[in-house]
Amino acid sequence: MRNFLAFIAGGLFGAGLLVSGMTDTAKVQGWLDVFGDWDPTLAFVMGGAIVPMAVAWRLTSGRIPLVGGAFPPPPDQKLGRNLVIGSVLFGMGWGLVGLCPGPVVASLGFGNWGHYLFLAAMIVGMILAPGLRSQLDRSARAA
Amino acid sequence: MQADWIWGLIGGLLIGTGGAVYLLGNGRIMGASGIIGGLVDGSGRATALERLIFLAGVVLAPIGILAFTGPAQSHLTGNPVILIAAGLLVGVGTRLANGCTSGHGVCGISRLSLRGIVATVFYIAAGGLTVVLFRHILGII
Repeated sequence: MRNFLAFIAGGLFGAGLLVSGMTDTAKVQGWLDVFGDWDPTLAFVMGGAIVPMAVAWRLTSGRIPLVGGAFPPPPDQKLGRNLVIGSVLFGMGWGLVGLCPGPVVASLGFGNWGHYLFLAAMIVGMILAPGLRSQLDRSARAA
Repeated sequence: MQADWIWGLIGGLLIGTGGAVYLLGNGRIMGASGIIGGLVDGSGRATALERLIFLAGVVLAPIGILAFTGPAQSHLTGNPVILIAAGLLVGVGTRLANGCTSGHGVCGISRLSLRGIVATVFYIAAGGLTVVLFRHILGII
């Protein structure tokens, strides 16, 4: 059941990314490019995605997941430097090519080598991240 | 082009429904960088199969749709240096921030998570400035 639901969720996610145009890097960069020919699509995607998710979060109260276990704990409200630095680095990469982690996976069937190169570099970045995190934490303590 | 926002809305609803299935069904937050990152650094070893099956769905659903509609437009740059630099930045940044567009953006904002909202403000601002700098000032992308 757990694996079946994971496949359905992934399928909906991948289909949504394709249908919405989020696998088209020109649309993503067009949305970020407020000084160019601005493309509003991404705002509709975000808005459309947040509605069912907000309903889902409401439905979690007083219940447990279908497969059992527990729902995620309430969100951590601590902000911190890593959140900001990480989000800025992510945003820079996102703007450079118009891809983020979900859409690159949804694009792997397109047959374009560029997606594989980006994914490989992204995985290397994910491997390097814990090292950078401890580096940043050390410098924060020293300051 | 006129209908782009409608497709955006329909696609967004599909994405959010996927997130709702993952949350209400499996009790998990549908964040792409977290799902991939947990496989990469081993922190998600206990749930590796579930993660891989989710990702298989993400890859296969578009292939299924494209079988009917024909090839998709990706407009992806062919510049390997930019692809590698951007991939590294996305990988490091999303793990450092513990989330990306799906985790912080969709799943975080929808539960009014302060971290999700702050992260989204910063990655959109950084993305916007990057496009302005590299497209309009440097003319590289």
